[in-house]
Amino acid sequence: MPLPAEKTELEDSPIPVGKAASPWGNATFRSVALAAALVAVAILLLLVWQLVSDSLPTLRAFGLKLLASEDWNAGAEEYGALPFIYGTVVTSAIALVLAVPLSIFTAVYLTDLAPVWIRQPLVSLIEMLAAVPSVIWGLWGIFVLVPWLRTAVFPALRAVLGPIPGVGSLFSGPIFGLGYLSAGIIVAVMIVPIVTAVSREILRSVPNLQREAAYALGATRWEVTRIAVLSYARRGLLGAAVLGLGRALGETMAVTMVIGNSPQISASLFAPGYTLASVIANEFGEAGADRMYTSALFELGLILLVITVVVNVGALLLVRAATTKGGSRFA
Amino acid sequence: MNPPLGSPEPRTYSEPMRPPQPAVGQSPQPVRQIAISVEGLNLWYGKNQALFDVSLGFPARSVTAIIGPSGCGKSTLLRTLNRMHEVTPGTRMTGRVRLFGDDLYRSGMDPTILRRRVGMIFQKSNPFPTLSVRENVLVGLRLNGVRDKEVLRERLEECLRMAALWDEVKDNLNRPGISLSGGQQQRLCIARAIAMRPEVLLMDEPSSALDPIATARIEELVHELKETFTIVIVTHNMQQAARVSDHTAFMYLGRLIEMGTTQKIFQRPEHRQTEEYITGRFG
Amino acid sequence: MTTVEASGRRLEDQHQHRWRRFKSGAMSALAVLSAAAVILPLGFVLFHLLLQGASSVNVDFFTRTPAAPGSPGGGMANAIAGSAELLALATALGAPIGVLGAIYLSEYSSPAVAASIRFVADVLNGVPSIIWGVLVFGVVVVPMHGFSTLAGAVALAIMMIPLVLRTTEEVLLLVPGGYREAALALGIARWKIVVHIVVRTASRGIVTGVLLAVARISGETAPLLFTAFGNLNWNLGLTQPIAALPLQIYTYAVSPYEDWHRQAWAGALVLISLIFLLNLSVRFLTRAKRL
Ligand SMILES: Nc1ncnc2c1ncn2[C@@H]1O[C@H](COP(=O)(O)OP(=O)(O)O)[C@@H](O)[C@H]1O
Ligand SMILES: [Mg+2]
Repeated sequence: MPLPAEKTELEDSPIPVGKAASPWGNATFRSVALAAALVAVAILLLLVWQLVSDSLPTLRAFGLKLLASEDWNAGAEEYGALPFIYGTVVTSAIALVLAVPLSIFTAVYLTDLAPVWIRQPLVSLIEMLAAVPSVIWGLWGIFVLVPWLRTAVFPALRAVLGPIPGVGSLFSGPIFGLGYLSAGIIVAVMIVPIVTAVSREILRSVPNLQREAAYALGATRWEVTRIAVLSYARRGLLGAAVLGLGRALGETMAVTMVIGNSPQISASLFAPGYTLASVIANEFGEAGADRMYTSALFELGLILLVITVVVNVGALLLVRAATTKGGSRFA
Repeated sequence: MNPPLGSPEPRTYSEPMRPPQPAVGQSPQPVRQIAISVEGLNLWYGKNQALFDVSLGFPARSVTAIIGPSGCGKSTLLRTLNRMHEVTPGTRMTGRVRLFGDDLYRSGMDPTILRRRVGMIFQKSNPFPTLSVRENVLVGLRLNGVRDKEVLRERLEECLRMAALWDEVKDNLNRPGISLSGGQQQRLCIARAIAMRPEVLLMDEPSSALDPIATARIEELVHELKETFTIVIVTHNMQQAARVSDHTAFMYLGRLIEMGTTQKIFQRPEHRQTEEYITGRFG
Repeated sequence: MTTVEASGRRLEDQHQHRWRRFKSGAMSALAVLSAAAVILPLGFVLFHLLLQGASSVNVDFFTRTPAAPGSPGGGMANAIAGSAELLALATALGAPIGVLGAIYLSEYSSPAVAASIRFVADVLNGVPSIIWGVLVFGVVVVPMHGFSTLAGAVALAIMMIPLVLRTTEEVLLLVPGGYREAALALGIARWKIVVHIVVRTASRGIVTGVLLAVARISGETAPLLFTAFGNLNWNLGLTQPIAALPLQIYTYAVSPYEDWHRQAWAGALVLISLIFLLNLSVRFLTRAKRL
């Protein structure tokens, strides 16, 4: 029993008050947005499927032997991934050893020590550093950094560190310039911005109460940093380092340009080597119609993907645990 | 809750539509004056019940104030009147709400269309930040397909005048809506809401964030707007309720305790809790 | 370091305290040195880019195609145009998908679904860019029987999607719920609210995110190696190999020709200027008044 509505004086409303504009609008838009969101998932699935299916020929033919073999010779159908895995690990390790302490110290400087006026410009410079493309670092590496390392730095390193038993073997042998150490140094420069930025985020999330408590105990500035800040933020900083590792493992162009591209395993860091990413960059185009050769390269890609995804997921979990304590922005 | 017989306000709201089934053929005459009637309303946020068996009617073309201590369910009740509570996930409701007799929760009632008939003003003024004063007023019309330039131009001036904002903004309608002062922003929101020509305006503490002068202007405006619209205003400020409203409903802990003419509620409340609240003894 | 001195003054002049104070000072100095060491390579690279590249950035560089290998002259006009085309196509493909996906996460999906898609996007962001080249080689180049502009653009677009998705979602979540409610209360359809109110409110942030993503992919070389492939001649067609600035820099840098090395430096100078310009405009956009 609908009752007669009271009329208002405003009756000439041009809006079709009783009619919805289009019942399909909402459903259509929502589906389109959902489809777009699912594209991200589809890309990941497609990537895994493509890499696995295209590495099947070598996976079937050689199985895990490819992982263990040292010999890489496409002409002779020898596909050993070991030199590339070794090169990837060594360059990334060098990069981490150099970049992580520098980055953490820089982050400490930015959050706890630097005069306030210097912080923003410094952050901007580090952002600029991050924006320099890999190929430009490679160019600079070939023509500026490597010649300098070869003539000035490496001989000195060899003279000082070479005779030390143990580490000495890392710093002995002929100096080519192009090699693991040069590549590691370039990669270090390239991962410093991300490690610094994430470390800075982590350090900033350390409650000031921590610092004040340490100062109250008469700690010096460094002791405050070490006890209250660094130890408190340990896991997050580890996450930052692992994130840097994820980047380092996949670095391609600059490494390809300065590592020397030689599929061998050498103890000396001065020796030329190869990485997973750089062998793909160099040889994928040449492999052409050779099915096994292409397949072997796809398999190297798969190995690289698995390593980087595992490392990155680990880093994400570490960093996330360190930066999101409680509060969510969905509140 | 029952006013004495013969009181100037007959049983329009104080004897609400509960039980909601008047015998067929019974004269609906007193109901006619009711714009929105609420019958046996219960509402839960997840497991927490926020409204308990609320029944009342809001008389048309007048101002009804809802008062009560914070957290008693005033906003929740208000939001059931244009189905805005449905935006909050996990709400559940039983009971009935009618707008001029039309069940708001019947199947086939499109909440989008309903909200064009029942407009809402929020506690915190919220003009759209990227839109100019003009665009803010007209955005509802535009996005609902009104293109006619002439209509839009007329409606713009009319609504800004009704919202008592025209003289202050007419020289620069293209300035951003958020460049206005707080009080002006709230009046802009009122202009934006009445541009849709709603039948009812719901206001949720519309002046609680404003200074006394801006508040006075809003109150003046409410007084003028009731000539055209049915107004329901939530306020935690009892003086404000006393000043602007014709009727007042007092809520406590999710229940409607008492409703009557504002004069009666403030001078001769029937319930002890009402009296304690309006005399400031709790709340 | 003033606080170091101050706290030192407060301490008793004991041996151990002097050692602690010294250590604190040394560590502070180390932090300063680290910051300097981090910035140093940037200074060097910019210095050398200007030193080696500036002299070869001339009219020819912007108007001519490469000269025959080894012979002097020529320019990178085709590579600059190619990069512009690749970036435009990649943005046209990738940005809408990223933005729409972000809209789904912030406006429609449940928190759990949003969290998982966000996680997938983070995983994608960590995949080495060379891998995208490999993927697109498999899914575009092989079926199309050849390297092409399209393949290069798809590879770059794939890199762009998760970047844009994450930044856009973040700015959409910053739009206060009050605006959505106000629009709902006006009886506006949900999808129109999203497009005309929410996205419009966040538009500056969205544009910023897209520009950052463009800046990020504009220097990418690895994903183009066997998709766009490079080209020493003019081509702007979609189905032929196309030149790109970073690819050309790479080819020239590893070539044996002196003149190409000079051009590689010039190309690098132009590329970095473009990237810094994009980053500057982002800074300009974010510094201007928000919301
Ligand atoms: N979105 C929500 N989710 C869960 N509980 C809510 C929500 N909004 C309000 N409530 C609860 O419902 C009750 C009534 O709240 P509300 O209607 O906002 O009160 P008032 O407007 O009178 O201050 C309160 O107990 C409040 O905690
Ligand atoms: Mg409230």
